[in-house]
Amino acid sequence: MAANETTNALAELVRDNEKEILPEWLELQKRAGSLQTGRITEAELSQQSAEFLHLLRSGLAQGGGEVASSAYAPAREFLSNLSRSRALQGFSPTETATFVFSLKQPLFNSLNRDRRLAPAELARATWAFSILLDELGLLTFESFQKSREEVILRQQREITELSTPVVKLWDGILALPVIGTLDSERTQVVMENLLQHVVDDSAEIAIIDITGVPTVDTLTAQHLLKTVSAARLMGADCIISGIRPQIAQTIVHLGVELNVISKATLADAFAVALRRTNRAVTKVKSANGEDAKAKVASAEKGE
Amino acid sequence: MDRIPILKLGHALLVTIQVDMHDRLATALEEDLTSKIVAVGAKGVLIDISALEIVDSFMGRMLDNIAAVSRILDAETVVVGMRPAVAITLVELGLSLSGVKTALNVERGMALIQSRLEEFNADDED
Repeated sequence: MAANETTNALAELVRDNEKEILPEWLELQKRAGSLQTGRITEAELSQQSAEFLHLLRSGLAQGGGEVASSAYAPAREFLSNLSRSRALQGFSPTETATFVFSLKQPLFNSLNRDRRLAPAELARATWAFSILLDELGLLTFESFQKSREEVILRQQREITELSTPVVKLWDGILALPVIGTLDSERTQVVMENLLQHVVDDSAEIAIIDITGVPTVDTLTAQHLLKTVSAARLMGADCIISGIRPQIAQTIVHLGVELNVISKATLADAFAVALRRTNRAVTKVKSANGEDAKAKVASAEKGE
Repeated sequence: MDRIPILKLGHALLVTIQVDMHDRLATALEEDLTSKIVAVGAKGVLIDISALEIVDSFMGRMLDNIAAVSRILDAETVVVGMRPAVAITLVELGLSLSGVKTALNVERGMALIQSRLEEFNADDED
């Protein structure tokens, strides 16, 4: 097995020349700017490098050139963890990939220094190393990418949850300030959220405020109407507020019919909601009679 | 065949659906309700579907039908207690039950019917 002999020779080479390879590798990484950003200390970097070199050596000795084999499992895991932590720390893709790719030069140098190798063997060893490091590099990249995607997904989920709060304005009156674009997925979340709150707070009126919605197209309008219909089926009336002038024009130009009560501002909508629930806002004189402060008085409770 | 009981409360009829509706049951309910409205001269029909977890397009249409028939017979239909999931399903099916009045629970639905009955009484006194 020529391939096995080659990788065995490589494993020996790495073991024998570790003292030269490691400083050279560290030097290259430093030159590539791995430490400049200050996200990682020199001690950490040298510790990571030494550990990886050790894992690579045991992988070479046991698994030959097959990166997918179980002998490389520790090395693969180490690289995945490294890429993940670097992705989370905000390293650039290049900086992360440099970790593995910068190992090529020191390894080739030590191959060249080894006078025992015949030219044919040297070529074979170089090729084997090259393939091996490329595969490990790709692995690094893949885990880096995956971690970044995880971060993006998590942020997306958080945004979705954050941006659809249901606010209780008064007994039986809910407000739903929508911020951001209303797509199908968000409408679903918004709708479920709102309906659940209608049940929990036994709300009679829900005010959907779209001040924070940048644009309203036919699809958004349809989603809004769906939410309104669903709330109505539950026995809650909806009022749409916060329609900006441009949006009002767009809606009319698109020919969308919003057969819902709509008000310009949340305050107007709230006033309507109070009136519907037999409540009123009245001014009351303060104790020293100086000026009148607005106070919401509940007609029912006679406050 | 089992039937859904229809309770009379003054000039209102109360229907509480507590079993899973199948199509035959739904049609039977529509017929029963129609004859009952005429028999007692009901002015309001309250349908409580709070126990209903599955509503298909047929059930949705049936609710619409009952409302339309009742309106012809001068009775107002109020559907109460719809679950959020059911409401979303109906909207997705394109059934917004525009002819039906809705309320969150039986209490509020009754209040709706009561206010209508009071209007009638006021008219009678005139």
